[in-house]
Amino acid sequence: MGKYFDKLMEDVRMREGLTSCMNCGVCTGVCPSAEFYHYDPRQIVSIVQTKDDDAIEELLRSDTLWYCGECMSCRPRCPRGNTPGYVIQALRRLSQELGFFVESEKGRQQLALKRTIGESILETGFCIYPKLISPQMHPEQGPVWEWIYENDTNVYPQFTPSYRTLGTGALRKIDDDTMGELHRIFEVSGGKRFFDLIEEHSERKAKEMGYESADHEYFIDIYTSNSGGHTLQ
Amino acid sequence: MKRNSWQEYQKEIADDNYYYVRSCIRQNFFPGSEKAFLDIMRNDVGKNVIEEATHTSCTGIGYHSDIVPMETIMTVVARQFALMTEAGFENFTSSCITSFGIYTEMLETWNEFPETEERTREYLYKATGREFKKPKNLAHTSDVMFKHREAIAAKMKKPLINVFTGKPLRVVEHIGCHYAKLFPKKGVGGSEFPYVLAGMIESWGGEVVDYPERRHCCGFGFRNYIVQANRGFSVANSHKKLESMKPYKPDFIVTNCPGCSMFLDKWQYTIAEMEGNTYGQDGRGIPVLTYEEMAGLVLGYDPWQLGMQMHQVDVEPLLDKMGVVYDPAAKYLGPNGKFIGNPELASVNLNCTPTPTMRTL
Ligand code: SF4
Ligand code: SF4
Repeated sequence: MGKYFDKLMEDVRMREGLTSCMNCGVCTGVCPSAEFYHYDPRQIVSIVQTKDDDAIEELLRSDTLWYCGECMSCRPRCPRGNTPGYVIQALRRLSQELGFFVESEKGRQQLALKRTIGESILETGFCIYPKLISPQMHPEQGPVWEWIYENDTNVYPQFTPSYRTLGTGALRKIDDDTMGELHRIFEVSGGKRFFDLIEEHSERKAKEMGYESADHEYFIDIYTSNSGGHTLQ
Repeated sequence: MKRNSWQEYQKEIADDNYYYVRSCIRQNFFPGSEKAFLDIMRNDVGKNVIEEATHTSCTGIGYHSDIVPMETIMTVVARQFALMTEAGFENFTSSCITSFGIYTEMLETWNEFPETEERTREYLYKATGREFKKPKNLAHTSDVMFKHREAIAAKMKKPLINVFTGKPLRVVEHIGCHYAKLFPKKGVGGSEFPYVLAGMIESWGGEVVDYPERRHCCGFGFRNYIVQANRGFSVANSHKKLESMKPYKPDFIVTNCPGCSMFLDKWQYTIAEMEGNTYGQDGRGIPVLTYEEMAGLVLGYDPWQLGMQMHQVDVEPLLDKMGVVYDPAAKYLGPNGKFIGNPELASVNLNCTPTPTMRTL
């Protein structure tokens, strides 16, 4: 009893985010995810507070854990000073450490996030860059974005002296020394290990699900598929 | 609530000498706004703002997508502070609300849990050989503009007044969740009495319009937008806000966070294509501006030099109301007036029925 809770308490966000919950539901009342998904942050906090290993493990393996948008709207409103969003961040960390995230459809999406945002950080030094936002993957961006995407070398230089080249300014190419420092930070602080962990667990799960590996096909499937039943309407 | 409740949430904002860091989202979608911020602060207000090529993303989108561990982002943040320290600066200003939330959260965590600061210093030294001092002052770039709003007002060429009616333009503002919900005392007006943009709007002649869902999230939700399968969450939240503001007939929306700007702009396109609904008064979309674009227009900058052609919802109806002189034919031209083609038309700008371009989400 309490082994997952103890593990969670190693995360400072848990210590900051959970004192004692009185189950009032104010967090759920302001939560944009609770309006859209079958989701109730009050219940998450309540489960964690029981310290029940079985119940926490079920949460770590569930879709429920992945509905929160980390907007932190719950933080200023909780009458007890809790932050359900922080508790969720700690749970998500643990779910990935233990490999439980691959057991749910929404959890498996962590690989898509690692392959898009994560790899962009290590390749460009930015979370996103124009070529990552392809109109094919982003039809909602509309025709003006498509025009920018196709004419990037004509559009961006109007606003930056160093589009994809060295120098200061928006969307510059970041120099090799800086990228080297960023990579070493990821290695020293555990970021690289965490990326590898996401890949390894996804690879295992992909094979279990009948894919050859967690290759492009698996990536596209987890990035696009929605089995339904997650939302209220 | 008392009209001046925001004043209980005052924050200190440095007056000059800022160390500036860019935003992944803003530089992608609104690079003209970042340029405008630097131009306005340096040339119109006369402040010292430096930018160095050696800074990187704060990795905040990765952190809030739960792929970048807290120890890692803390060390990246520490490296940015080390660059500031080495450059001899003490006032740090970030062009992104996600980043601003990140910098604030990491500083607060170091205060609350000093062992995390110690560990970060070790990691940073080991990875880069660098050391850092914490900033004396941390501000979002909109805080800086808010601080100097009267200096901008003194040079105003086009106030936020409707030239046809002589009345103030009606503006809805959106400060973005991570500006003040994380640490209300660190944002002007806190999360309940948002004043950072409202203060600019008032100083520049406009009228701030309140509406029921003013504080609701724009719907970014990190993984809830980035992963295609989850995007329904994102559009549903923007939809809720747009429906709520429509009856108040805003002339434009202004946002603090570049993500919110992008979503409130692009989801209007999507909603128009999918459902035929628009939210402006003329059957078209509501223009969505960054605060730098708002300041730029007020100061008489050319809208295309501000990058407003990169919006999906046309800004021309607003430009006309403000009496801004612009060349419609120059909107989509490349460098040196080169023709590079035009984007396809979209129903959000047409005041007509949806086009069949939007098939899937
Ligand atoms: S608002 Fe706070 S006390 Fe109330 S249910 Fe949520 S976490 Fe518990
Ligand atoms: S942080 Fe998560 S739980 Fe809290 S209000 Fe936002 S979506 Fe809901």
